[in-house]
Amino acid sequence: KKKMYSLSVHVEHAFHESWDVCFFFAFTTLCASVPQGSGSAVIDMENMDDTSGSSFEDMGEMHQRMKEEEEVAAEAAATEEDTDYGEFLGMKGIKGQLGRQVADEVWQAGKRQASKAFNLYANIDILRPYFDVEPIQVRNRLIESLIPVRMINFPQKIAGELYGPLMLVFTLVAILLHGMKTSGTVIREGTLMGTAIGTCFGYWLGVSSFIFFLAYLCNAQITMLQMLSLLGYGLFSHCVVLFVTYNVHFHSLFYILWLVIGGLSTLRMVAALISRTVGQTPRLILCGTLATLHMLFLLYLHFTYHKIVEGILDTLEGPNVPPIQRVARDLPDVATHLMNNTVKSLGISM
Amino acid sequence: MAEADESNKPLFAGLADVSISEDIPVEGQITVPVGPPAQDDEYSTLDEPVKDTILRDLKAVGKKFVHVMYPKKSSALLRDWDLWGPLLLCVTLALMLQGGAADKKDDGGPQFAEVFVIIWFGSVVITLNSKLLGGTISFFQSLCVLGYCILPLTVAMIICRLVLLGGTGTVSFIVRLIMVVASFSWSTFASTAFLADSQPPNRKALVVYPIFLFYFVIGWMVLTFSPSPTAGP
Repeated sequence: KKKMYSLSVHVEHAFHESWDVCFFFAFTTLCASVPQGSGSAVIDMENMDDTSGSSFEDMGEMHQRMKEEEEVAAEAAATEEDTDYGEFLGMKGIKGQLGRQVADEVWQAGKRQASKAFNLYANIDILRPYFDVEPIQVRNRLIESLIPVRMINFPQKIAGELYGPLMLVFTLVAILLHGMKTSGTVIREGTLMGTAIGTCFGYWLGVSSFIFFLAYLCNAQITMLQMLSLLGYGLFSHCVVLFVTYNVHFHSLFYILWLVIGGLSTLRMVAALISRTVGQTPRLILCGTLATLHMLFLLYLHFTYHKIVEGILDTLEGPNVPPIQRVARDLPDVATHLMNNTVKSLGISM
Repeated sequence: MAEADESNKPLFAGLADVSISEDIPVEGQITVPVGPPAQDDEYSTLDEPVKDTILRDLKAVGKKFVHVMYPKKSSALLRDWDLWGPLLLCVTLALMLQGGAADKKDDGGPQFAEVFVIIWFGSVVITLNSKLLGGTISFFQSLCVLGYCILPLTVAMIICRLVLLGGTGTVSFIVRLIMVVASFSWSTFASTAFLADSQPPNRKALVVYPIFLFYFVIGWMVLTFSPSPTAGP
């Protein structure tokens, strides 16, 4: 009994000691950071308590560094104490030099903490596991994204990678640019590139987050990474359809492709989600939302840049009058022709 | 210091007898006579005329241009990377792509920013991608290579502008198309020659695709450039 008692005393003592050390360390770093005006003290506390993103090696390294700095600071404090007990005469000189030394060491400690924080948060190695793919895998996943799987009683496997979706988003941006250029879109505020990137990334990230939130509400077993990956690969159908229809301008062709390819990709995503959700209503909500957003996005991308092309083509096919020439007798013809065409194109797009 | 010597002497006494003769002092500072060359280095980098600095940098840039035009498997571009060349090419391309729309007052500004953003943002993304796929190349080396490999597209842009002076018919379009396709494949091939070696061999395709897309977008911008016309539909 006595042994256990003393052990608990030891544990308690060590706990208090470590807290004292923590506070002392934080205090010295705070003192050091005040003249520089940097926020390293904040980063320090975060760093010390942050266990979510670090691996065991990082934690071990952090503890090691903390011990090191604790020793350094304790040594500085000890030497300061020692010379305090020394002679009074030379004290000012010694204290000045010692003050500089302590300040220097605390500055070094602060710098090390800041660089460690930078390495921890600005480290792209966090994303490295999600890019660990082979070209064969990417190709297989691209093809599989158009093939719905019927097994809905058991959670389907969704690959969690980011290379494929990211490349598909950039490809979609390139195709959109091509479409915008051919349709002669003039963007007044902002740039063509900005609009294309904003649209594509906004859809991918925004809709993924929204569906993930709905999945959280509906108790579906899917992680954010898997959602991003699923929706990203769903963009393959968009790329294919838009690539074909921006070059071949047939409305009926677009509708057929929209239904077939868009539909296949939607079915694949919906089946994957259904297999991971329980209950009729949650399944309906989740899959209905996803299907609607996915198909509507394709529709939107097509028609935003298409009706202008159609207008130009029809105008060119009409009476060949350049618009700046004012010929009185031809003007009503051109005007009615233009009006008919705009009404027709508006009617089709609505 | 004295304490350390005293403690070390009994340990190393034997060695001292064997290897070091008594005439050569083993303590104290050994100064290597620093002659004129070091002084010349100091002089040349700080006190040389500005013309010399600029010419030296221009020569380095020019040498790298030659490496890009004849891409062999050399590491000159990687060893001493610099970002002057990419900046020069980027600004030239952006300036030449300006003033090429129906509404001059609307599209003059954004086009410059657009080209700049595409080139630099695209280079950063490709570099990050190749690093994440396990590449051994550093960030700025990759930026340097991608920037320098825009040179064929810039040359194509100059030629396209000259061709456009002659007219905007189908013939000129075909000529421009051939020029742009040739220079775009040259750019992709050149940058792959420099960058693909730093990747694991089975992932080369994954790294080449974004480079292909990047130069495709720039080539597309070059091809669809048309100078401000007299009248448009």
